[in-house]
Amino acid sequence: MAEGLTFDAEAVSNAVAEGIEKIEHASTMEELKAIKTQYAGAQSAMTMASKAIGSLDKSQKKDAGKLMGKLRADFGRAYGAKEAQVKAEEEARQLAAETVDMTLPVRRKPLGARHPLPRLMEDVQDFFINMGWQISDGPEVETEWYDFDALNFGPDHPARQMQDTFYVKGNQAKDAAGFVGSNMVLRTQTSSDQVRALITRGLPLYIACPGRVFRTDELDATHTPVFHQVEALAIDKNLTMADLKGVLDKLAVAMFGPEAKTRLRPSYFPFTEPSAELDLWFPDKKGGAGWLEWGGCGMVNPNVLKSAGLDPEEYSGFAFGVGVERTLLLRSDINDMHDLVEGDVRFSEQFVMGE
Amino acid sequence: MPMVDIDWLSDHVEVPKDLTYEQLAKDLVRVGLEEEEIHRSQLTGPIVVGYVVDATPEPQKNGKTINWCHIDVGDEYNDVDEDGNKVPRGIICGAPNMAAGEKVVVTLPGAVLPGDFRIEPRKTYGHISEGMCASERELGLGDSHDGIILLKDYGFTEEEYENLKPGDDLMHLLHLDEPILEINVTPDRGYAFSYRGVAREYHNSTGAKFVDPVLALQEKAPQLDAAQPAGDGVSVLIEDHNPIHGVPGCDRFYARVVRDYDAASSTPNWMRRRLTRAGMRSISLPVDVTNYVMLDLGQPMHAYDLDKIAMPIVVRRAHEGETLKTLDGKDHDLSVEDLLITDSPNGERGSRVLGIAGVMGGMYGEVTAETKNILLEAAHFDQVTVARSARRHKIPSEASRRFERGVDDAMQPAAAQMAAELLAKYGSATPSDEPLDVNNVAARQPILFKASEVKRIAGLDLDINIISDILTDIGCNVAGGGNGEFSVMAPTWRPDLNEPCDLVEEVARIVGYDKIPVTVPAVPVEGHVGLTEDQLHQRQVADELAQYGMVEVLSYPFVGAQDYKNFLADPEEIERVSVEIVNPLAGDRPFLRREILHTLAQTVLRNIHRGLENIQLYELGHVYLWDPAAPAIPALPGGVKPTDEQLAALDAGLPQQPLHVAGMLTGNAIDDGWLGDRRAVDWSDAVEAVHRIAARLGATIALEQPKAEDAPAAWHPGRVAYVTAGGKQVGVVGELHPKVNENLGLPAHSAAFELDLTALFSTLSNKPVQAKPIATFPPVKQDLAFVVPVSVTAAQLKEAIEAGAGDDLESIELFDVYTGDQVEEGMKSLAYAVIFRSPVKTLDSADSEEIRRRIVEQAAKLNAQLRA
Repeated sequence: MAEGLTFDAEAVSNAVAEGIEKIEHASTMEELKAIKTQYAGAQSAMTMASKAIGSLDKSQKKDAGKLMGKLRADFGRAYGAKEAQVKAEEEARQLAAETVDMTLPVRRKPLGARHPLPRLMEDVQDFFINMGWQISDGPEVETEWYDFDALNFGPDHPARQMQDTFYVKGNQAKDAAGFVGSNMVLRTQTSSDQVRALITRGLPLYIACPGRVFRTDELDATHTPVFHQVEALAIDKNLTMADLKGVLDKLAVAMFGPEAKTRLRPSYFPFTEPSAELDLWFPDKKGGAGWLEWGGCGMVNPNVLKSAGLDPEEYSGFAFGVGVERTLLLRSDINDMHDLVEGDVRFSEQFVMGE
Repeated sequence: MPMVDIDWLSDHVEVPKDLTYEQLAKDLVRVGLEEEEIHRSQLTGPIVVGYVVDATPEPQKNGKTINWCHIDVGDEYNDVDEDGNKVPRGIICGAPNMAAGEKVVVTLPGAVLPGDFRIEPRKTYGHISEGMCASERELGLGDSHDGIILLKDYGFTEEEYENLKPGDDLMHLLHLDEPILEINVTPDRGYAFSYRGVAREYHNSTGAKFVDPVLALQEKAPQLDAAQPAGDGVSVLIEDHNPIHGVPGCDRFYARVVRDYDAASSTPNWMRRRLTRAGMRSISLPVDVTNYVMLDLGQPMHAYDLDKIAMPIVVRRAHEGETLKTLDGKDHDLSVEDLLITDSPNGERGSRVLGIAGVMGGMYGEVTAETKNILLEAAHFDQVTVARSARRHKIPSEASRRFERGVDDAMQPAAAQMAAELLAKYGSATPSDEPLDVNNVAARQPILFKASEVKRIAGLDLDINIISDILTDIGCNVAGGGNGEFSVMAPTWRPDLNEPCDLVEEVARIVGYDKIPVTVPAVPVEGHVGLTEDQLHQRQVADELAQYGMVEVLSYPFVGAQDYKNFLADPEEIERVSVEIVNPLAGDRPFLRREILHTLAQTVLRNIHRGLENIQLYELGHVYLWDPAAPAIPALPGGVKPTDEQLAALDAGLPQQPLHVAGMLTGNAIDDGWLGDRRAVDWSDAVEAVHRIAARLGATIALEQPKAEDAPAAWHPGRVAYVTAGGKQVGVVGELHPKVNENLGLPAHSAAFELDLTALFSTLSNKPVQAKPIATFPPVKQDLAFVVPVSVTAAQLKEAIEAGAGDDLESIELFDVYTGDQVEEGMKSLAYAVIFRSPVKTLDSADSEEIRRRIVEQAAKLNAQLRA
């Protein structure tokens, strides 16, 4: 039993009313907490009065308890309501203080970018993969046999001289025409990969060879000595030029949209017979849709099949090649080859991860 | 490449009157003769007929005499005098052949001549000259600049000349306004290097009526009678002791003598105009005639001064050590493979070289201004022999261009007949009726051709009669066909037609490739489908570095001494193991790179030189590792599959060409900006790139830091590490040596890395990730700081902690590196946040004490002390 405490109903009621009054005027959580301590804490009049109830008569205890219950509830209600109000206000203040200009530039890390050329080669790879073809790649420093002889460019073939070939020094041998050479070149065409694939992969064969090739052209707006081709080769029973045309049209649509199509013109390549130049109907051509040269193609020459030990009476097939640079220049309206080869970051950054 | 003049073409094939060069180009490309260019006239009029009313010679102080002329240029262009009457124009002319009464070519003010030469009235020699009388050269018609063109000498008939009126438009009359079509002839179509061949192709394309000019000429050529001694004093011996591939260098030599040529005669203007338009110079009538026949029929010819030639003519290979000065004035050391035309002075057979067969003549024996009797040569030479000689001596002549593509071996008499007729007509010469024909042309084998091949290869379903008709129309002799198989003899001008597939192409191109249907092959899916693991990994690396913030580029792989020096490498040492180009574009970069960084650096610099900063580039590409001991690569024939040993020998001689990735980072990793302070790039940016690549690939890599004295030369000796995987070194990462930065002009602390992806990919298992179970018991976190000697690397200490922690280690992160006052000299402090978690129970304090004890024990082996 607490000593010296007297229960003064009026005093505690006044104290609680005073506390509720102060709550009404509080505007921060700090003030509120201080008021709570003062009027409902261990030393508060309310706590003291509750303790003093014990010293009252039994008859008085009931009324005193009732009164204290009401006072506590009044105080708690007032406190709770004010607390919710103050918290909301404080949060609003803080959010207002944290407001920023969301349009400020915020590139903390550079974005990075792929070069559009390898990206386009990946798209072309995916085009073939989606048709169930495979992707192969061969060496860039290549033997003359794979780059020329096996492709029916004999050692004295005029076309062999037309290719603007980079020759490679090496351990000296006699080349097929009796001239001293290394029998090594920087491959002039990804067709060199055809015979490698024919020899190693077996039939039926449906492959695409995207890769880097080399010709001794000086860099200018339309030429580069180092460029990229995608060569496609299909060898099977019963393949005809009709199949070649079908695949070419599909590739044109994949690269240049649903209105694109292709056209063949008679031409000559040692490794195909019949041979054709490949023209593209380019819907987005400057000044109106029209035909543009896009690549070369034809039915694989029987001598190429024989180079791989295959019987041309039983198997036939087609091959075609398109320039990746040319395709990219057209697709992305690039007017100067320099932009493609110089590696200026501003060029690649336009493409980011796409092409 | 050949020029096609519609006017000349119409000699052999009927062309529509209004045929344009654009339409001609379209017609020819349909059958495979591609347009190279339609050359437009470089002239603008007015260029008109002028009648010289008077020409007054006026001697000048400089010794020259000029003519002050009045020239009637017709009412439209004449001057007007004070009374309003039309009067001739005053024109100054310095040409010696200017004379009153001549009709000349007048270029009037407003005309533009080749070279952007604009004609304007100008004051000269004290007169106002209102136009210019033109020479051949000034109009681009030829080389002659000795005087002006006198129209009476310019190929008009008497009647035509009379009808030329002052003011008549000469642009048209002299064909000055006419374009000309240059076509691109593929190497299989040698016959298209002639009007005869192009006319045939025009027929093939359009169906226009074509008459082979050779047929009529053959009729007219003297028929040889075996009983009669032939040659008219000419004798020819073919003695080829060194044929290439067993093919005789000369299988036909046709010679025809033309006597009593009038050396004063000149080339008719129509012929000169045609030659000039074809891009050839007019030289003399005999030479022009041989060139004209070559352009018209495709048979290269040679004209000798008969009186200078000592018989017999011997066609033989060159001897070791023989030399020849060719017509272009160049000296050549001859090879035993060169086929020569020689004669026999003083009875010494074949002792004097007249020329390299089918390529170019020598200085002796040529037709000159004194030549009276001419020997015409129309021969047939082996394609390979001519091709090699032209290549060896670097003289690609008009003749060699045709011989190496193949010349008709049956038209020599016709060609000589045509030349003889022209020399008779324009040079008053008398052709001999006793030609000499040494003809050893081997009979060609017919091609056995199944008509069904057209369907099997070209996909064209054609009636067998259509196939037969097409082949006949292009000149083949087609026999058989009853069982669907033909015996086809290709025409003599088509040495390229030898296989059934060649005939398939002929049929398909004449029918038209556009008639071939369109189908898409169903690909039988067998074996591996999709990209290979390596192809996928290559994409992952490329994507990862872009996502890391770097920019992908491609550089040329050509390098040279300066690049090596920039990277502090010894050029001699590196060149010995580098692939070298025989014919590089840039003489100072004849090698192929062994490191991508060597070429990537130039791309970085190009960006910096363009004022761009914070350049962080990467490149994926091949490098080329030359092995000086590599075996020589054999030359093997095409059309036959090499043996396994031969295939191995081909690859054995090739350099290794692994795929690399390299990156270079310069400037700031975080740039200036309102968001915070910038941070300069350093080694850590490069190391992070390497770790990201490894993580993306699932590769296990380690960095091994060499001692400073063992560091590779191009790198900062204290900031470089080798990247290893599977126990092999696969790359380098770090900061470039300050000297390299200085050499190249790169910012200090530029960082870089280069990885051998071929080697790195080979360490990958390419198996699915084997996942560990996820433990759900609470973790125990501890911070452990160790003091270790500075020589101990973070990687070593981490390994020790991992070894001590055992299986319950969940993660370990380095969060502080400290050297300074708080630790002893020569020591450093490394602090790790370590998390343990057991998969089977909640770790209690005894467990974590035990783990901690084991870690300390392991670390102690590195002289690492746990800090209090």
